[in-house]
Amino acid sequence: MYEVDTVVEPDIIDPAKLASGEERIDLDSEKFVKLWQGPNHPGVTGNMSLELILNGDTVVGCKTHVGYLHRGFEKLMERRRWIQNFPLVCRICVPEPDFNEYLYAAAVEELAGIEIPPRAKWLRTLTLEMARLASFLMWMGGQAGSFGMGTIGQWTVTHRDYVLDLFEELSGGRIYHMYIIPGGVRADLPAGYAERVEEVLEKVERLLAEIELILFNNAVFKGRAQGLGIIPREIIEEYGITGPNARAAGVARDIRKDQPYLVYDQLEFSVVTGEVSDAYNRARVRWQEMIQSVDLIRQILKKMPPEGDIHTMLPSVLHWKIPAGQTYLRAECTRGEYGYFVAADGTGYPRRVCVRGPSYTHAVALLEKLAVGTNISDIAGLMVSLHTYPPEVER
Amino acid sequence: MSVKDVIAPFAVWKRVFEKPYTTAKPLDDRPGAPRYRGFHTNDIEKCIGCGTCEEICQNNAIDLVPVEGRSSKHGDSGLRPAVDYGRCCWCALCVDICPTGSLGMSNEYVWVDNDPEVFRFVPGAEAKAWDKSDLGYARDEQYRLLEPKRVEMPMLPPEESEKSFLEMVQGYSKEQAEKEADRCLACGICVATCPAHMNVPAYIEAIREDNVDEGLRITYEANPLPASCGRVCSHACEYSCAMKNDGEAVSIRWLKRYIADQIYLKDYDKVLDSPDELNGRHIAVIGAGPGGLAAAYYLRMMGYSVTVYDGNDKAGGMLRYGIPEYRLPYEQIDKDIEYIRSLGVTIHQETQVGRDVEFEKLYKDYDAVFFSTGLPKPYAMNVEGENHARVLSGVKVLDEVTKGEDPGFGRSVAVIGGGNVAMDAARTARRLGCEVAIYYRRREEDMPADVEEIEEAKAERVDLITQAIPVRVEDAPNGQVTLVWGKARMVDKGPGRRPEPVLIEDELSSVTVDSIVSAIGQDADYSFLPASVLDRVRIERGKVVIDRFGRTGDPKVFAGGDIANSKRDAISAIANGHEAAKGIDWMLNPEAPTTPHQNV
Repeated sequence: MYEVDTVVEPDIIDPAKLASGEERIDLDSEKFVKLWQGPNHPGVTGNMSLELILNGDTVVGCKTHVGYLHRGFEKLMERRRWIQNFPLVCRICVPEPDFNEYLYAAAVEELAGIEIPPRAKWLRTLTLEMARLASFLMWMGGQAGSFGMGTIGQWTVTHRDYVLDLFEELSGGRIYHMYIIPGGVRADLPAGYAERVEEVLEKVERLLAEIELILFNNAVFKGRAQGLGIIPREIIEEYGITGPNARAAGVARDIRKDQPYLVYDQLEFSVVTGEVSDAYNRARVRWQEMIQSVDLIRQILKKMPPEGDIHTMLPSVLHWKIPAGQTYLRAECTRGEYGYFVAADGTGYPRRVCVRGPSYTHAVALLEKLAVGTNISDIAGLMVSLHTYPPEVER
Repeated sequence: MSVKDVIAPFAVWKRVFEKPYTTAKPLDDRPGAPRYRGFHTNDIEKCIGCGTCEEICQNNAIDLVPVEGRSSKHGDSGLRPAVDYGRCCWCALCVDICPTGSLGMSNEYVWVDNDPEVFRFVPGAEAKAWDKSDLGYARDEQYRLLEPKRVEMPMLPPEESEKSFLEMVQGYSKEQAEKEADRCLACGICVATCPAHMNVPAYIEAIREDNVDEGLRITYEANPLPASCGRVCSHACEYSCAMKNDGEAVSIRWLKRYIADQIYLKDYDKVLDSPDELNGRHIAVIGAGPGGLAAAYYLRMMGYSVTVYDGNDKAGGMLRYGIPEYRLPYEQIDKDIEYIRSLGVTIHQETQVGRDVEFEKLYKDYDAVFFSTGLPKPYAMNVEGENHARVLSGVKVLDEVTKGEDPGFGRSVAVIGGGNVAMDAARTARRLGCEVAIYYRRREEDMPADVEEIEEAKAERVDLITQAIPVRVEDAPNGQVTLVWGKARMVDKGPGRRPEPVLIEDELSSVTVDSIVSAIGQDADYSFLPASVLDRVRIERGKVVIDRFGRTGDPKVFAGGDIANSKRDAISAIANGHEAAKGIDWMLNPEAPTTPHQNV
């Protein structure tokens, strides 16, 4: 045992003084501590780090750092034939690969003037909704875990695995499905697949009902998440915030409705919105969207044409050249707008592919703003509540 | 916040006795889904080592490697894919594109070893537990990456073609040619099969790139008769094409024809390389068929002065006199020959060596002599009465039709034989208005003629009577002739050998026709060679024995073409001519053969 001579009470700075410039952040003044959270930290959602300045328990400055996971996908794609990129793109965002597959394939199809068969559109929509469900389940575990509730994470990750089982059965892969290929999809539904999907959906529904009870009616969660990281309505446009982060603030912005792609115009659903975009409401919106995805998957399986082609014959993929042109396509992933800019110059290789993921906005600029004034113990919960994936920030 | 908020979270306890979803490896086993993309399998016998998997792999994880106990053969490179699991991303694009369907993936996904080297392996060649697995990823029937159907060649319909000597095959348009060229995997399996080893993938690529000039240059590297070969080549390449394993072979021959057809003869010299300066050496070539013309072209390109002696009134040999106009129009042969002539090759027509000029003189006057005199003497049928005036020779009637003479078929013809000459004679007779039947002693699948020719002959209402052995020829009234033939049964001669037709003695039939055309093959004629040369030139079973470079037993004498090879087709003759040109150059410059000319 040792004795502490004196207990130094932190010199708490009034944030108003920092804002007015009366007080400035001077690390030599012993009023501030600089603390790195990440890149290896369970409280960041991936390989990025937060350089935090603390005054007492309160974060008064935050600088985000990325660059730990830059794999150069966009450049790699310029050196690969059009078809060779489809196994590559899914790796851009690990927990939600299907949007990359879909957007890349759709962009290539648009540039090459290829129409895919109707059944392929339905199958693509099915996998995208399953992907949303899997991604939300993963996120739910992270959100609960970041507030110290590890049990919920164990349940949701198990349920994500049930969805991955379905992916494995459909595509032959659990994480990287590589199912959506330019021209359509690679395989039709296995026999009896719809029944097994239904079994999983029922399990997920039971889980969601329990989560309602143990997370949203949890004194700890309410206490910590309510009022945490409020995104003011007026900065939604300014920062380019999309997805549940924006919807929780009451902005009814959903690409599936605003600019329907695939078969979303044939499905019945309404945009989920909240009133104030704090961590609690964002979680609430996502929870409702999971229920929505369950419903959409059921609708898709019911409305899908019972049979038909799943793939349009492509020109020989070994020598496939696409006329010069460019396009930007977007889709609503679990975190917001996911976009692909693809430019072709008439050769067998993409001239430029640029991936626009929502995490860049949410994890870099927005987080720096929201972190200020937050208690250090809530930084992890805040970051998860923005639902960001650093792999997709850096590509 | 309410009391409920404090109590509700305790609901988690209700799942405390639930069985976890975790697999307790290694106690529990969880097989991959039936479609799981696990470790590779390869049906090593089905695989042809085309390397398309290597080409499509976006990680460079696949490498084609030699496998012990396996060598290359026609249609098989002898190599097999090795997969590096340090690079593989299990996308299964290799499985999807595999033209033979040999490559697959099992649903096995656990492989533990402390040696990292083992994870680079040759599926199928190294026994693995999952080799026999029925489960695992396979391409869905409803989706494919390779187009199995070739672009259909526009043809004269049979009801028109059977009356006309117009060229039947109309040729591809630009769009059609590019679409067909697109089907090529560029694996190069065909290059080894082609007797002339033409760089097929390169000239097909030139078509895809819309650069027929480059295509023509590539063609001339190994074949100076592309307009003719593009029409009548026996296209061994197409029988070994990798695409044939999952559909139809690429129309390699028609694509070559497309290249030659796009460029006017007058532009050839702008596209192709000029020959080297004359080096003062003189070479004599006997016979202006494909073998002689090829030798003449490549020798001239290397700077030799070449003189060709040919007994016919026009050059081309069997291309002109053996192949009917509807398959190979004369102006196309002329195009090929005129270009060779324009390079400065002298061709003496109607100058038959042994008749108009002595071999000894050529032997004395020239630095080397190449002969490719072909097979002018028809085989005898060895049946009674075959010397009847109404029994005609297949090659002779084709020769006469080319020369504009009447072969004297009459109204009904029986053609004996199953090779291309028999087909050509039968179809020529059909065009001259005859009723034609072909009698062949084996089965249809044994016929040496090209499948297309057999099909086209049938479409043109030529009767095909198989397992029919001619027994004797009898005179018939009104200037006709009777063919007595018997049904044959096929006797198995063991593996690797063709079944032997044996006459069923008591099943004889007869047919009375205006003429019988015998087209059962031809033999060489060596009467022009003086005894002094014949002593040194070895002849076995009617053929001159040559080595790879066309060398015979006499250092100054080279040979090639039908007289020297057993394939007896134009492309083999061209290959012989090309190799002999190299051999001659080597013989004359043993220390420093002409700098390898880019076109040689």
